[in-house]
Amino acid sequence: MTGEYETVIGLEVHCELKTNTKIFCSCPTDFGAEPNTQCCPVCIGLPGSLPVLNRQVVEHAVIAGLATHCTIASRSKQDRKNYFYPDLPKAYQISQYDLPLCERGYLDIESGSAAKRIRITRIHIEEDAGKLLHDGKLGTLIDMNRCGVPLIEIVTEPDLRSAEEARAFLQKLRAILIYTGVSECKMNEGAFRCDVNLSVRKKGESTLGVRTEIKNLNSFGFIVKAIEYESKRQIDLLESGRHVTQETRRFDPASGKTFSMREKENTDDYRYFPDPDLALIEVTDVMLRDWQASIPKLPDERKAEYVAGYGISAYDAEMIVSRIGVADLFERSAALTAHGKILANLIISEVFRFLEPDDETVPFSPRQLASLADLLAGGRLNSGTAKQVLREMAGKGLDPEEVIKELGLEQISDTVLLEKLVREVIAENPKTAEDYRNGKTAAIQAMIGKAMAKTSGRGNPVIIRDLLEKALDFSDLAW
Amino acid sequence: MREITALTIYELAERLRSGEMSSVDITKAYLEEIRKKDGIIGAYISVYEEAALKNAEEIDKKRASGDEMPLLSGIPAGIKDNICTKGISTTCASKMLENFVPPYDATVIKKLNDQGFVMLGKLNMDEFAMGSTNENSYYRPVRNPRCVDNVPGGSSGGAAAAVAANEAAFALGSDTGGSIRQPAAFCGVVGMKPTYGTVSRYGLVAFASSLDQIGPITKTVRDNALVLNAIAGYDPMDSTSVNRPFGDFTRDLEKGVRGLKIALPAEFLAEGISPEVKAGILSAASAYMEMGAEIVEVSLSTLEYALPAYYVISSAEASSNLARFDGIRYGYRAENPASIEDLYLNSRSEGFGSEVKRRIMLGTFALSAGYYDAYYKKALQVRTLVAGEFNSIFEKCDLILSPVAPTPAYKIGEKSSDPLEMYMGDAFTVPVNIAGLPALSLPCAKTPEGLPIGMQLIAKPFDEALLYRAGYAFEQSHSVRFDIDGRCSS
Repeated sequence: MTGEYETVIGLEVHCELKTNTKIFCSCPTDFGAEPNTQCCPVCIGLPGSLPVLNRQVVEHAVIAGLATHCTIASRSKQDRKNYFYPDLPKAYQISQYDLPLCERGYLDIESGSAAKRIRITRIHIEEDAGKLLHDGKLGTLIDMNRCGVPLIEIVTEPDLRSAEEARAFLQKLRAILIYTGVSECKMNEGAFRCDVNLSVRKKGESTLGVRTEIKNLNSFGFIVKAIEYESKRQIDLLESGRHVTQETRRFDPASGKTFSMREKENTDDYRYFPDPDLALIEVTDVMLRDWQASIPKLPDERKAEYVAGYGISAYDAEMIVSRIGVADLFERSAALTAHGKILANLIISEVFRFLEPDDETVPFSPRQLASLADLLAGGRLNSGTAKQVLREMAGKGLDPEEVIKELGLEQISDTVLLEKLVREVIAENPKTAEDYRNGKTAAIQAMIGKAMAKTSGRGNPVIIRDLLEKALDFSDLAW
Repeated sequence: MREITALTIYELAERLRSGEMSSVDITKAYLEEIRKKDGIIGAYISVYEEAALKNAEEIDKKRASGDEMPLLSGIPAGIKDNICTKGISTTCASKMLENFVPPYDATVIKKLNDQGFVMLGKLNMDEFAMGSTNENSYYRPVRNPRCVDNVPGGSSGGAAAAVAANEAAFALGSDTGGSIRQPAAFCGVVGMKPTYGTVSRYGLVAFASSLDQIGPITKTVRDNALVLNAIAGYDPMDSTSVNRPFGDFTRDLEKGVRGLKIALPAEFLAEGISPEVKAGILSAASAYMEMGAEIVEVSLSTLEYALPAYYVISSAEASSNLARFDGIRYGYRAENPASIEDLYLNSRSEGFGSEVKRRIMLGTFALSAGYYDAYYKKALQVRTLVAGEFNSIFEKCDLILSPVAPTPAYKIGEKSSDPLEMYMGDAFTVPVNIAGLPALSLPCAKTPEGLPIGMQLIAKPFDEALLYRAGYAFEQSHSVRFDIDGRCSS
């Protein structure tokens, strides 16, 4: 049934900008400080205080817009979004309503086997709210440190069709924001969080279904799970003859389900109006030129270089450029080895495991990875032992050659020794050998595994396979 | 010799400089006057005798040590209670902020402190500066020092009354739609609404951000210019303050008005205006002619639209500015709320007075989806039209002369039951705020009962020095004297 449906997804991403001070005052923006130690009359909205826009916020937002192919408004304004909530000390959020800084951009992502363009509706600047802390004894407390931390909100068109596309888009977007220094996008600090607007419809239909909005997702895993759950939920509703209610939903990571928060949206009236405390934002051609010039090489450009220079696939290159720490390491390592493609494979299959979600530090040096790639290329290691070497070297700056010697990991390519082991394996597993001879060629995998085990994983799997095939195919010959 | 408290800032500064008087002498005299009169007048919400005397003493010591002192050093003043003073309660005359003590000084207070002024106390006002009579104070109404049964005007009623009653050498008020000029006119003192952006709003509890300006209320025109000298100037903390040199506002005082073209828009003298006020303005016009100015009859056809536009814009902004008073972090909080919605609802219902609630509702409505275009957006268009029409008058004329209010001060309670009639009284002052222009209010006549009648001089942006020049010329030749015993013949 679900095959007849398609999921339509639009995203609203909130991203904290990397600035020294808040958007309207000079308080620091550091995460994790003691509650209410980074506030002043302005960011906690005391009577009489006034906002003064931090120019760095405009610069960062415009750079984000330029890097995502947006049109930049030469004049834009800031508006008040009025609503009551205890974490919002002025009872309005300063945001941008009808004249955002950036509009009509796009990002290209790798979706399945092809590239796909996802349109960006707008990028605007706004202030973050405080945080409510629920304390069993004291009741609800407010930490105002986050009040006035600068944000950009990035809104996409409903161009995404699956959880994987959403993930690919967000990874790309996050990479761009990190490359340009606009944000550190630390997801576990809530500095890169996402609202998902999702509806389903029968394939081929042109009108959109009734959508729900899932609020405040702050990990790629949650985003994928929430989308998968919610689209199934909506399809099930429609299939059982019921309808989808337009509402805001919350994702519960423990159960992997989404729950209704409030039915709404059309009833909300934020009474937006231009903030009379703030002047128009003007972006001159000179600013645009300077800011454009300050943008470093972006993921797409690097990706194209990797595909052309190392013969790796667009999909793999996209993986590598998705993390600037990895891309940088790949470039520096590749300069030290002739085996770029092997290096790329090593990085994609093994090195990503060593990365923390919010940290671009990779615990290997370019020299280590380059020499590991050389060892792999020279047949002195196999991918299994390479993994062991990486684990041993991580963060320790060891030389792979030494690790290999110390752990005795060097690959065994001695055919005499391996042939002896292969014969043992065949003798000990007559049934499997028989299966193989009877045409179940996949049975050879099990026998390779047994032979590898006899070498403690150090055997050269290519040679072992070769020897096994020969031995089995010519079994009538006397040994 | 005149009493100390009857002297102007200019005169006091002279006596301080010569050593004839000390700041402690002057401060004591004012505190004595407050003690004597303020029980009746009600100009002050709070008075800080000890702090004022201690401050005066320090200033005297500094002066004695031979330091060069700024002009306002040792001069005692009152501050409208919507201007934040560090460590000193700032109530906006509202129950909502009864216990609010700001942790910071408004920029104007910093500037006056740099001058070494002596703050006597915080002045009464209409709650959150919304009102024209000072009857909307949570604490008590203010009485007009010229005639204690009458209102002093508003919202800076305490400020005008304090200066008129010699309870302060000067006062700072705020003017959103006439709140400095109208009480100055009702009390017979001098009030200036500077060009929007001249004085920092940082620390002024906002009523309508695009209209609010702080300005001085003084006994004389020269004093007014001297105080504006001290408080004007660019403030990086206020994005709407203007970065330009302002110069000395007294620079042109003595130049006279010969050759100036003064516009007299017919609409300001049309129906609804009391005969005494009309006569006062016309006689001021002839006085200017006698002094060599040319009076030009002009038209300000958009005048009638300015008032409704003002009430839409100011209420819309107020509805948002006053939303922060929600009982969560500071200010009044209702007891035993059943839910967070209850907490908001009860705190705001109990903490705000009826005029404030009326404006919040009006403004919330004007900004609501479906009404925004018809009210708020239209009001902004009117704003542009009004400003444009003023501009075209200033292409031909240097100044505009008009009444401040359609009538002199009326009786306490006389109009408080009819908000609409009260709003009509702002018709001549709000266009100035709508257009962001500077305007000076000064006495031009008095009624047979002895009630002051004020006139308003309006200039193009940043032409305050010209307003003072014209105001000074009139004051020197046609000084109007008022009794301060509060017993006008009515």
